[in-house]
Amino acid sequence: MIAFILKRLFNAVFVMLAVALLAFAIFGVAGDPVELMANEQMSQDDRDALRERMGLNDGMLVQYAKFVANAVQGDFGMSWRNGQEVIGLIAQRFPATMELVLVATILSLVVGLPLGVLTAIGRGRWYADSLQFVSIIGVSLPSFVVGILLILVFSVMLGIAPAFGRGEVVQLGWWSTGLLTPSGRAALVLPAISLSLYQITLIMRLVRAEMLEVMRTDFIKFARARGVSQRVIWFRHALRNCLMPVVTMTAMNVGALIAFALITETVFQWPGMGMLFVQAVTFLDFPVMSAYLVIVSFIFVTLNTAVDIAYAVIDPRLREAA
Amino acid sequence: MIYARTLLGALAAASLAGAADADTLRWGAPRDIYSLDPYSYGDSYTIAFLNHVYEGLVRYDADLEIEPALATEWEVISPSLWRFTLRDGVKFHDGSDLTADDVIASLARVSHETSPLRGNLPAYKSATKIDDRTVDIELTGPYPLLLNDLTNIHIFDAGWLEDNDSELPTDVGNKVEGYATFNTNGTGPFTVESRVPDSKTVLARFDGWWDTPVHNIDRIDFMPIASSATRVAALLSGEVDFTEEAPVQDLERLMADPNLTVLERTDLRTIMLGFNRKETLADGRENPFNDLRVRQAVELAIDRDLLKKRIMRDKSRSAGTIVAPEIPGYTPELDRFPQPDADKARALLQETGHEGLPFTFVCTSDTYVNDEDLCNAIISMLTRAGFAPTLEIGPAALVTPKRTSGLSDMYMIGWANEPMLDSYSILLQMIESRSGTAGVFNWGGWSYPEIDALIVSASTEMDREARLALQTEALQIAKDEIVMLPLHQQPITWAMSQKVESVVQLADNKVRHWLTVLAE
Repeated sequence: MIAFILKRLFNAVFVMLAVALLAFAIFGVAGDPVELMANEQMSQDDRDALRERMGLNDGMLVQYAKFVANAVQGDFGMSWRNGQEVIGLIAQRFPATMELVLVATILSLVVGLPLGVLTAIGRGRWYADSLQFVSIIGVSLPSFVVGILLILVFSVMLGIAPAFGRGEVVQLGWWSTGLLTPSGRAALVLPAISLSLYQITLIMRLVRAEMLEVMRTDFIKFARARGVSQRVIWFRHALRNCLMPVVTMTAMNVGALIAFALITETVFQWPGMGMLFVQAVTFLDFPVMSAYLVIVSFIFVTLNTAVDIAYAVIDPRLREAA
Repeated sequence: MIYARTLLGALAAASLAGAADADTLRWGAPRDIYSLDPYSYGDSYTIAFLNHVYEGLVRYDADLEIEPALATEWEVISPSLWRFTLRDGVKFHDGSDLTADDVIASLARVSHETSPLRGNLPAYKSATKIDDRTVDIELTGPYPLLLNDLTNIHIFDAGWLEDNDSELPTDVGNKVEGYATFNTNGTGPFTVESRVPDSKTVLARFDGWWDTPVHNIDRIDFMPIASSATRVAALLSGEVDFTEEAPVQDLERLMADPNLTVLERTDLRTIMLGFNRKETLADGRENPFNDLRVRQAVELAIDRDLLKKRIMRDKSRSAGTIVAPEIPGYTPELDRFPQPDADKARALLQETGHEGLPFTFVCTSDTYVNDEDLCNAIISMLTRAGFAPTLEIGPAALVTPKRTSGLSDMYMIGWANEPMLDSYSILLQMIESRSGTAGVFNWGGWSYPEIDALIVSASTEMDREARLALQTEALQIAKDEIVMLPLHQQPITWAMSQKVESVVQLADNKVRHWLTVLAE
């Protein structure tokens, strides 16, 4: 078991190093940050001096090596755009993104599971078919369109939810939360719906497929023959047997949601990591970009590893293989 | 269902509770400021915002003329030595008085060699304290535009800088965060109450301001909303009261709303085309753009008024010269441009033997108003006149290196002459040959000794009329030679709710809320 975890940790470090290397390879061709930082009046000599001080004249590999050496010590440098320490900037934005992602995940489970059961047991009925159809729209609509539509309906036309921002937040140590204030909760609704829509349809379709399969198995037939009520069969026996893949997918998709949140955050001016990254990209703020990529890949790798370890604990065959 | 209704009810209550008081201005801005330190960047937007908090020795009035601010009078002792008398009774937000030491500490900070804003005060040499109210500023030579430069050099409190170890500018190459990046202590009409980057910066009225306030604002909630669709939605739903960037395509919708007012005018920023003027093009061909007739053919091919009508929705102003009418040095004669004529352009191109000339046109997609549509339209106009251009378009971050290094045969650029508000800015930075501090934006690499001579003599000419005559002459040659091909001044569109009674909108597109009056 320990060997398995060590191996996984080694993989995780390797993935992060590779991501950072890719990031620096991209920086090499991305453009010149000095031209974006400098204003109209800055002289050529000052531009060159700035480029030198920022270490942009070093080769790509040298810049990468410096980044890794500093990052290992927890130092991701200073943002060129805000003159703030990158690690502080990301720590400031992390709670906003995590709250959004967690609420969206819970929402997708709360809505997706019952809908999945409903479409499975009502197969062929009009409501199940129309839900199936609507879910195609949910999968195919890009999230910025969903976001704008939600804003149009709920903010502009109905005026019941704020169109942007995070409302008032409460500081709990370094963690800032919007869940404790009415305006913070109101601000969370539209972005969370917009982010979870894809996930809802995914879970719904997954549960439906699994349910249909389980409903054909012998133990369900047997239960039915014994006269167990439909409701108990659906929700106690069948649904439980569908949950394993749903839980796995949900856990793995938290990483994907963090990445998707980038678009949702931009549309709703949600002050999270995704928006920080988008702004860093338009400004070529390399320190922020590289730190974000490394941290997000860390989250991905951690989630995957956690799922793998959970599997290994549950399924002895995997342990042997490792 | 009952649950759904309570949820909606709670949401409605929450959004009502969020409604601000009558004397708060909720400002939905297109972007956030980078820092609370006005010397952190040469970013005009950040500096303009921080002008609510910090002030310079002089400032622009409603006609963009210079008027006294922290200095009440000044005297040119010799062409390279100026004496400034400071205003009495000016207080910083922390209560300390404005003295000559503050001015000297600020000038030292802004002109330090690691200061990103150093280029905004190019002729500065040193400053000396004469007494508490008087400062002498020595320049590297005769320089007529010192006052223009000083409008954007905000004054810090020397003691505050010293106490917080911030006498030197924050250097991004360095790894230490600056105190002034997060804290402020200015003399301006507002103090910074709180700031959460990308969410909200709150300004509060400063009661000890030396000037008689025109505004009646107690609090400004500055909230950046980067997505323009969301910003428009926030304005329509009444979540913000004001924005200085309403997208041109949404103007009709905003104007149709009875609760909103739209304020439009044209910007100082002139959009223009530049040409590669090196011996050879990037691909090694001999450069056809060095032939004036080819550049003339480009000008004849482009129908400025059609661009204005179709792309800019009639909101722009077609330009015949590279500076806006508000910029000193401009004359109406310069602003005339020839009637577009695709056939004539084609004939001219045939005459040079370059018909079907293939070349690249490098464009930004995120920098100027409707720049993507604009570039596409230019491409089709040029194609109709017998050119064979290809468009290379992308975000500024991506295409700027191509534009600056001469890898583009033709490129688009905008210039507002900020913060100098004088045609000397564009002449020095873009038109003059590249050498030393001059011609940083001379991306095509041209050289006109005749123009250079005029610019150099203007740079030391202390008589304003004589200096402007020299600059106009330089602009005329630049126009005749089509050094740059001007297209238009882009529109400025502000929108506000009925809560805002009046704002002052000048051609420099800077928001000055100390002049804003809210409805009672």
